[in-house]
This record gives sequence, structure tokens and C-alpha cells, in this order.
Amino acid sequence: EFRRFSLERSKPGKFEEFYGLLQHVHKIPNVDVLVGYTDIHGDLLPINNDDNYHKAVSTANPLLRIFIQRKEDADYSAFGTDTMMRKKNVLSNVLRPDNHKKKPHIVISMPQDFRPVSSIIDVDILPETHRRVRLYKYGTDKPLGFYIRDGSSVRVTPHGLEKVPGIFISRLVPGGLAQSTGLLAVNDEVLEVNGIEVSGKSLDQVTDMMIANSRNLIITVRPANQRNNVVRNSRTSGSSGQSTESSLPSSTPNMLGNVLQGEEESDEEDIIIEDSGEPQQIPKAAPTSESIESLSQIELLHESSQNGFLPSSEMNLNHSAGSISMEYEGPEPGRKSLEEDGTIITL
Amino acid sequence: MRRFLRPGHDPVRERLKRDLFQFNKTVEHGFPHQPSALGYSPFLRLMAIGTRSGAIKLYGAPGVEFMGLHEENNTVMQIHFIPDQCQLVTLLDDNSLHLWSLKQHGGASELREEHRFTLKGPPGSPPSATQVTAVLPHSSREVLYLGTESGNIFVVELPSFRVLEDRTITPEAVLQRIPEDNCNRRSCELVEALREHPKNPDQILIGYSRGLIVLWDLQNNKATHHFLGSQQLENLYWQRDGSKFISCHYDGSYTQWPVSSDNRQPEPLENTVPYGPFPCKAISKIYWQTTKNGLPYIIFQGGMPRASYGDRHSISVIHGSQQTAFDFTSRVIDFFIIFSSDPATEFDDPSALVVLAEEELVVIDLKSAGWPAVHPPYLASLHCSAITCSHHVSNIPLKLWERIISAGSKQNIHYSSMPWPIDGGTNIAPDPPQRDLLLTGHEDGTVRFWDASGVCLHLLYKLSTVRVFLTDADPNDNMNTLGEDEWPPLRKVGTFDPYSDDPRLGIQKIYLCKYSGYLAVAGTAGQVLVMELNDEDAEHMVDHAEADLLQDQEGYRWKGHEKLKTRDGPVRFEAGFQPFVLVQCQPPAVVTSLALHSEWKLVAFGTSHGFGLFDHQQKRLVFVKCTLHPSDQLALEGPLSRVKSLKKSLRQSFRRIRRSRVSSRKRRGGSGNASEVQEANAKFDQDALQEMELAPVQRKIEARSAEDSFTGFVRTLYFADTFLRDSSRHCPSLWAGTNGGTVYAFCLRVPPAERRMDEPVRAEQAKEIQLMHRAPVVGILVLDGRSTPLPEPLEVAHDLSKSPDMQGSHQLLVVSEEQFKVFTLPKVSSKLKLKLTALEGCRVRKVTVANFGSCKTDDYSENDLAVLTNLGDIQIISLPFLKLQIRYPCIRKEDVSGIASCVFTKYGQGFYLISPSEFERFSLSTKWLVEPRCIVDMPEVTSNNHVHNKSGTENAARKSRGPGKSPGDCGEDERKSGRLMEHALLNDEKVLKEIQSTLEGGR
Repeated sequence: EFRRFSLERSKPGKFEEFYGLLQHVHKIPNVDVLVGYTDIHGDLLPINNDDNYHKAVSTANPLLRIFIQRKEDADYSAFGTDTMMRKKNVLSNVLRPDNHKKKPHIVISMPQDFRPVSSIIDVDILPETHRRVRLYKYGTDKPLGFYIRDGSSVRVTPHGLEKVPGIFISRLVPGGLAQSTGLLAVNDEVLEVNGIEVSGKSLDQVTDMMIANSRNLIITVRPANQRNNVVRNSRTSGSSGQSTESSLPSSTPNMLGNVLQGEEESDEEDIIIEDSGEPQQIPKAAPTSESIESLSQIELLHESSQNGFLPSSEMNLNHSAGSISMEYEGPEPGRKSLEEDGTIITL
Repeated sequence: MRRFLRPGHDPVRERLKRDLFQFNKTVEHGFPHQPSALGYSPFLRLMAIGTRSGAIKLYGAPGVEFMGLHEENNTVMQIHFIPDQCQLVTLLDDNSLHLWSLKQHGGASELREEHRFTLKGPPGSPPSATQVTAVLPHSSREVLYLGTESGNIFVVELPSFRVLEDRTITPEAVLQRIPEDNCNRRSCELVEALREHPKNPDQILIGYSRGLIVLWDLQNNKATHHFLGSQQLENLYWQRDGSKFISCHYDGSYTQWPVSSDNRQPEPLENTVPYGPFPCKAISKIYWQTTKNGLPYIIFQGGMPRASYGDRHSISVIHGSQQTAFDFTSRVIDFFIIFSSDPATEFDDPSALVVLAEEELVVIDLKSAGWPAVHPPYLASLHCSAITCSHHVSNIPLKLWERIISAGSKQNIHYSSMPWPIDGGTNIAPDPPQRDLLLTGHEDGTVRFWDASGVCLHLLYKLSTVRVFLTDADPNDNMNTLGEDEWPPLRKVGTFDPYSDDPRLGIQKIYLCKYSGYLAVAGTAGQVLVMELNDEDAEHMVDHAEADLLQDQEGYRWKGHEKLKTRDGPVRFEAGFQPFVLVQCQPPAVVTSLALHSEWKLVAFGTSHGFGLFDHQQKRLVFVKCTLHPSDQLALEGPLSRVKSLKKSLRQSFRRIRRSRVSSRKRRGGSGNASEVQEANAKFDQDALQEMELAPVQRKIEARSAEDSFTGFVRTLYFADTFLRDSSRHCPSLWAGTNGGTVYAFCLRVPPAERRMDEPVRAEQAKEIQLMHRAPVVGILVLDGRSTPLPEPLEVAHDLSKSPDMQGSHQLLVVSEEQFKVFTLPKVSSKLKLKLTALEGCRVRKVTVANFGSCKTDDYSENDLAVLTNLGDIQIISLPFLKLQIRYPCIRKEDVSGIASCVFTKYGQGFYLISPSEFERFSLSTKWLVEPRCIVDMPEVTSNNHVHNKSGTENAARKSRGPGKSPGDCGEDERKSGRLMEHALLNDEKVLKEIQSTLEGGR
């Protein structure tokens, strides 16, 4: 189905408005769609925010060809560089997705559905030999999936080289969060957990600290493989990682403090169920608290009813973070049954 | 981290903190772990006990206690008091001698080590030459005679420990005037006993292991008498007048020998095998005590017929026709007799027999007919049955205190009325500030009530829950009936009985309401008993109810133990706490939490499956709530599945041992080929190494989830009258916290008193809080409008507490193992939190509200949280702002059982087990300190004084009485030594393992 309409090139407006316009033009007000366009190279690129919308409008020459797909049966693989080159006719790809039944594609959701899984942070303040990795357990079913062990490492001290006890990653569980990030490896030495040095702490203590921080775990490691380190141009050559080590502990806690500050309020929200009613996040008593991070997601297991324990009525609502807003728009089978029990789960 | 650094350096608060908090380990209660030696000074009337970890403890009158620790942490082999001195000498198993003395300092006496010494032989001599086997402190107090394995007796000067070489008594000298055919050099190997003549200090009796006994004249340096014993010698004892002595032997016989000036080589007067004619075990020590009526007391250790009674630990007392063999449940370490030490009296007239057994101290009154036992005021065997839990109640009302004592006194009628015979020293500690009870639950289903007010932990009353249940063992089975014709005349004494008939009887939780006298006790098989104090014996029915915590859910299988069977019909209970309600949880899992509200007459209990509320007035189950996650198979099946895995791991370790044995045998068998052996050796080492490398200690890092095991395990229960639904009406409520970080709150409707029996108690779930960090909830507390914790039930009614502020808004404090969180009520919103684990890596093990008073002003006190972490640290955290005040290292983190056993008091003291039989008492408060403070004076000695079996010619100048008693800082050193001692105990890996195993067994 084709539609043709005009836009003011100088005043394209917001993506939201444009999205509404598209829905209006196509008379599909309640259908979620993916929007894409072909750029000058013939690549099919997504339009899903103000920036790429403006870019699309500005590159229109003069015609902007836009493709709209239903979200449910969208073919994500259509997007990307060279898509148009590789697949001669983009239209056939887009409009007849059954063409490539034979090779099922790995479904990659749209950037708006993405959520961070891990990141390297504080690159600018850490020595090159160290890596600070943040694992976002929040909102994923994936286990953290790693093990730690005792070991010993060689340090440069004022008295020369010394062997000191340390904590090391001993195993990565295949398919776990730690492994899938690719940022952690077996035999990496753990130096800090959420900004707190582990030296002098026992294996059990470090384990407890990591588990206590598991919803937002930041671990600073010295990778066993030092070849993939970030090389910074600003760093003056000659200062090896080892020599900077002694200065590290004094400088990092302050720096990391800023990082943690934001996390502090959002890392966990307890849940309250009043009179067997709606489970809710427990609000902060102080109104000054920061807003809840948008990607927060709650896993909730609620055993309902005060009179009895009915395993069949138990629901384990387990959403992936990105789909929260979507799923609550439409009717949801799980929710209905919960309402019958007098229990509603909202977020 | 920021949290701790940023606030805080308020100088006013810092000063106040110094006035409020102070950490001290004050005293060790209970019975020393692994005692190894006993000593007694009739002069000081003090008893000394040495242990395998090198500790030495002195006890006198109740409250008089001293502790010392040998740096070496070696076993104390012998303890000898220096006659008529405040000094004693100890011999350790490393052959070192130590001189300790009691000195007054700052108004109180202290035990200090003065000197140490190890006997050295000439270069090149074998170690046996100087291995000390017998020690005799001479009554002159100037020298010590040291008998050795080589047969030499060395003389060392006191207190310098200088060896007086010219006075050494060599076997050669001893044998000089003895016919060769009777004795040779070998007869003088190993000195077994050294005894000074009771009347003549210049003569000592030397007993050699092979049976030769020699009376030695110290003046002329020669042997005056030779006694040729044919049996291997064990010990010697002089008769009081010095005309005879008695020797005891390896074959179970004892022999009397005359000492007269005309016969230099006398024959024995009498040789007796008391438990013959069949072969007997050795008699290792013997006393011969004279009496006015002429019939002596002969008291000896051992000598039982080898075949049938060789395993008994006995001490026999023979007095005329009376003969009793006291039978102890644990090995006898040593014993002594208390007798008249006044030199003016002609006879010994023994009054008491004091026996140190491996696990308890038993004192027998020898003056009363039937020789009853004396109830010791201290050294209680806390572990007569293993301790499974403890509960402390501060400030007991006098009325309840007296009723408990009276109930206890009815249990103690078989004890002697003799005053405690070991009464040296003076207790100068101030009277305990209040009456405190420590209740210990035991594996055998008993609860013991201890007077924990002062330094002496004293048993007041023992409660047994066994009568309620039908067990295999008949309670009348082991009565101490003494059959007339039985031989040997054994009589069981002591209370140590570690064998539990049924582990299900074990007590797990105790709650005592000190105002109403209601007691709730819960045990291993899900049994919950509610009891009432009754001053009379009574026979009545126990109301019985069952609480099905799974509520008939299908598909669950409990593989653990069965519930206990109850007795039908009325049961007779002795005066004291008598059960009237029994609730049995189904499945019969261990009760993990218990709460009693004596005003509302409700008892709440929780297990790993859920919790329930029982109305003990109407005797009706109000509700049960299952907290179980359906996937939690481990909790469902009970402890059995874990037992299996333990068995498996045991099997594996045995296999490993066997494997290593096989390979070592191979190694040895590898003929003479050195290289082959070496190779095998290397391979073995490599294998061992590989095995180690294969299983490195690693820890899984995983977030907790709702599906984890034991999330439903109820950790804490709490009753509160607070605003649960709206801010205008408060109501009774029950709070429960689980292992999975869930808090349930139930609104209760308790009918008013006049209709209490007519209307049912109703409960309705009002709130459920899920902590997102899902750590186990270990404490729940409601703070009133003034941020003060709500008072205990009936506390206000008894005018002992201000009534809570019901105007201002209440707050809820939830303590998980990882965090402290304050929420507002009735609308739950989070107000404050303190993270512990995320920042420090430690977890909360125990938490209590404690009241701390200032030592400077009487009118200031505040409530804080006392917290013990899994690292053994104690932290004090302020209320309601949750600021860390102070932190003290208290228990070694490896000492899991110590940490698990810790119990706090309401006024900032605490107890924890340092061994299965000893509680360490500590104090966090500057105000409430219970520690020994005592003084030992040198008794005035008159010129004709002689003591015990020592000569009366001594008359040395005595030190005058100690300086004026000025209260001062005396405890410091003792405290230090206390800490050291505990360290020594816990350094012993075996001890640790033992403690751990008992603990695990208890769980």
C-alpha cells in the first residue's frame, strides 16, 4: 500500500508527530510499526527518533522514500548498510518477507528496545591495565554467570615485587551475562567491587559483596589478557600500568562515587502489597529523591490471597525491559487471570 | 563508604560515644574445655585447673576466679601450689615449668606468670634425663624437687629456678646400700612419686616406677629406708603421723608400709586388691585419711576389674564397711580431698572429695550419710547435653525469680546441704546490678535456667519437655538405685550425659515473658509448647493442636523425621513450668522462629514451610500461612536430602584417604630401589597436587532469585501494636520475615478482655513487602512516634516502661542480612537505609535493640542496635538514623559456632560459646560490666603452723595483708589474658572441628 504526502522540509517537527502522521495517513492508529527510509546510497535505515528523522528529511532528494512495517512481523535484518546493494530490490524484501523463509534471521530488535547489558566505564580515570566493567543484571533473566577464586598476584610495592593474595575470576558460565559481554575473562584479577577495594577481604566477603550488588555490579579487573586494553592518546608514554597502581586506590573512590550516586537510588525498589491489593514499588519518603531510572524493571513473584495458598494462581511476570510500555497498552492474558484473584500487578 | 565518612565527626557525639560504648570480654562461664590438671592449696583454699590449651584457672569462694594462659598453649600436665604461699608451679607437656603468683594490684588480686624454666641436662644426655615426671614443692618453699624419667631427682631453687647441682639425688646414690640381687640400675628408672614426710621436712619418700620406694634423708644425703615393692608403682601417700605410708600399683592393689627407725628394709604390712581376685586396672592415686573414730578413709582412683568394668571411670571410697565406687560419665583427670589442715588436730577428718572429670567437676560430701554430691556454685557443665539455643532475659522481677528458685530447689533435694568447701579469697565485685536469666535449650529436650546476674553462672532450675512425648526411653530407666548386693558398688554421679535419646526433642527456640511467667519453647520436630509457672506438682492434660503449614497441598513429600508422638491422658508435671498447650507443625520441620505475646495470649511460630498463630487462651489455631515457593524441593523434603549429600562427601573423602594409603604402602613396599621410591614419591605428590588443583575453592556469583532454596524459611516473627492500615487507628499485628526477603504483616483482632473467651481472634493479611535484594530478613522492629522501639508486652502494664507514643507516626525497621531499612507506617515508603554487605562484605548474623546508659550521667540512655556480623565483628548502629557508631572485633570469623551461639542482652552485654562447655561474656556498655574482682589474702600464720602433710617447723616471715583496697583499673590484664585464652582454644583445629560438628548436629 503506497501513500504519498508532502512535508515541510525546513520544519520537519518531531519524530513523534511524524509517527502520528504516518499512522493517520495509513489509517492504522493502533498498530505499532517500524519506520525506515532509503538514503542516498540506497541503504534502508531506520527512523525512530528525532535525530535520524531530521537526517532523513534533510537528505531527501527531493523525494523521501519511507517504508513502514508492522512491528510484529518486522524483518529487522532488512536494515543496515549495503542492504540495498546486497538485496537488489528492497521492496521485495520488505513487502514479501516470506521470500526468505529458508534462512531464518537472528532477530535484532530496534535500538529503542535495547537496554544496556554491560559497559566499560571510567576509562579516562583508570590506568590502562585496568578495566571497570558494569554489568546490568537489572531486567534480564540471564544469570550473571561467573565464579571467583582465591589466587595471588605480583604487585609493585615500595619494597620491590611482592606476591599478594588476590581474587580472580575462575569460570564463566556459557551463556551467562559475564561471558556474553566479552569484557570479563577467566583469570582476570578482581580489584574492586562497586568502588570498594577487595584487597584484604576474603573470598566469601567478596562473594557476598558481589551478590549484594548483583543488580548493578561494577567490577574493576585487571584483565589477564593485557593486549586488548584501551590505549589512550592523552596518556604520556612510559608510565606503565603497574607503576600507576599505587596511585589508583586513592583516586578512584571519589571518581566512582559519582558513578554510584545515580545508581544508589534506583538499584532496588522494594515492593509493597497492601491488603492483598496491588503490588507497588515502595516510594521514597523523601520527595527530593531522584526520578526512577526509566529502564527499571521489576521481577515480582506474588503469592496471592490471604486465605489460602494456591500454586495455580501464582504468576511469574517476567518482562524484558524494553517491552514494558508496549505490553501494557494491549490486553494481556496474564493480567486478566490475576485480576480475577483480586491481585493486580502493575509497575 | 561515603556514608561513613561524610557525617560524623561531631565532637559532642564522639564524646558521648565514649561515655556509652566500651568493649570488654569479662569472664568465661562454664566448665573449661579439655581440662588436663588439677591442683589445690589447703592454705589458700583455692583450686586450680589446667587445660590442654595451656590455660590455668583458679577458683575459690563463689565469685573468686583467676585466669592465666601459658604462652606456649601447651597442655598443663601438673599443678602444684607452693606451701603457704600465693604461688603455684605448673608443668607443661613441653617439660617447661612455670611459676605463677597471685599479687595484689589496684585493690584486687591478679594472677601473673613470674618465671619459666626448662630443666637442661648435661650436653649429650638423652631428653629423658630431664623429662620431669614428678614435682615436689618442699615445705621450706625454697626448693622444688623434680623427679625425672632417668631416675635423677633435681633440686631447683625458688623462685629463681636455679639448679642446685650438688643436691641432685642420683640413682647411684640411692642404690648404694641396697643388695644387688634385689635392685639394679633399672629399678631406679623413672621417678613416679615424691612425697615429703608429714612431720619431718628433711625426709622425702621417693617412689620409682618399677616398685622401689626409698625414704631419703635430705640432711645427710642418703637413703634411710628401702621398700622393695614387687609391683609397678603408681602413687604414694603418707599417713598423717608419718608412721606409715600407702602405695598403689598398676595391678590394682595397694600396700601399706611401716616406717620405723629399727627396720631399714621393712616388709609390707598389708597388700590388698580391693576389686580382686580377677585382674584389675591400675590404681593411679590413693589417699589415706585418718579419723577420730579410728576407721580410716581409703580413697583411690581406678582399680576396677579389668574385664567387666575396665571401661568405668571410678573413684572408690572405703570407710569401714562402707564402700562406694563413684562412677563418672567422663574420664577422671584428677581428684583431691579436703580435710582438716590445721596442724593442731590429730586427724585428717576428710570433709569432701573433689573430682575433676573430663567434662565436669563433682564434689562429694564425705561427712553426711550416704555421701551426697554438693551442688557446685560455678564450673557448671553447660554441655551436659549439647546446647542447641540460648535466650537471655534481663531484669527479672523478684517474684518470678523467687518462684523459679523455689521450683529449682525442689529438684535439688538430693544434693548435700554442705556449704561450698572451696572458699578461698574474697569476692569484692559490686553486687550484680539486676537479676538476669540465661536460658539454654539442649539437645535432650531440656531447658536450663541459669542465674547470669554475676560472675558465677549458676543453675537455678531445669525444665524437661520430654514428659509430654512418648519416647523409646523409659524415664525411670536410669535411676540411681544402688543395689545392696552389687559388686563393685558403683554409683553414678555427675550430670554430664551427652547422649540424647531422640534428636527430635532438641530445643530450638525459647521465649520467656518475665512478667506473666509464660514460657514458649519450640523444638526440632516442629513442636511448640506453651507453659505456665506452677508452684505445685500437677497432673493435667496438655491441649494438643496440629498446624498444617502446607495446607494440604498435593505432591509434597516430607522425607525428614516424623513428628513426636504425644502421651494420651493426663501427665504428671513437677513444680515449675508446666506445659498446657502443644502445637505440632506439619511437616514436622525445625521451628525456626518463635514469638509470644503474653498480653494477647498468642504464640506465633515459623518453620521452613510457613508460619502460624495460635491463641493459647482459647486453644485455637488462628491461621497458618505457607511461605514456600513451589519449586523449593529442598525445603519440602526436609533435612534428609542434605544428609545424603553429606554421606556422599564422607564416602568420597574416605576413598581419597584409602587411595593415599594405598599409594603410600606401595611406596614403602618398593624394595630397596631408591630411585623407584623417589619416583613413586614424586608421582604421589603430583597426584596430590593435581587433586588439589582440580577442585579450587571457588564461589558462584549469582543474584538471588525467588526460586532459590529455603526462601520460605521464616527467620523472624514480631508482635506489634501499630498503625498497619491507617494512621488513625492502631491495632495488634504480627510480622514475619523470610529467608527470601519477604515481610508479611497481619492485622489481628484480639477481643477485649471481657469477651476474650467468646469471640475468636481474627487475622487478616494487610501487607507484604518484598525486599528486592532478597536477603534473609533477620529482624523486624516498630519504632513509635518518638522513634523508640515499642515496649515488650506487659512492660507498660507493669509500669516498667513508658507507654509508646501512639500520636506520632510509627516507623518500621527491617533488618536483612545485608541491609537495614526504615519504612514509614502505615503507608510503607522507604525512609532510610544502611547497606552493610554491599559496602563491607559482611552479613548480619544477630541483631538486638540494646539500651546503653552513660557512665557519666545517670539520666542519659539511648537505644541502639547491637549487631554481630558473620565476620565476628560487633557493630553498634544508632536508632532511628542508622548510623554506624562503633565496631569491635569480637569473635574469630572462622569460629562459626561461636558466632551462631551469640546472644545479646537488653543492656549491651552478650554471651557466646568459646567451646561446647564455656560461654564467654562480653560487654559493649560502659555501665553494665560483670567481671570478676576478687582478693586473695595470705592467711595469717602462727608460729606453730604447719599445713596439711607439711612439717610444722616452718616459720618464715609472712607478708602482711595487702594494701588498702582502692577501686581501680584492675581488669585490664585479665581481660587480655581472657582474650588470649580464647584464642588458644580456637587455634586448636580439633576443638574448632568439634564445636562445628556439634553445632551442625544441632541444626
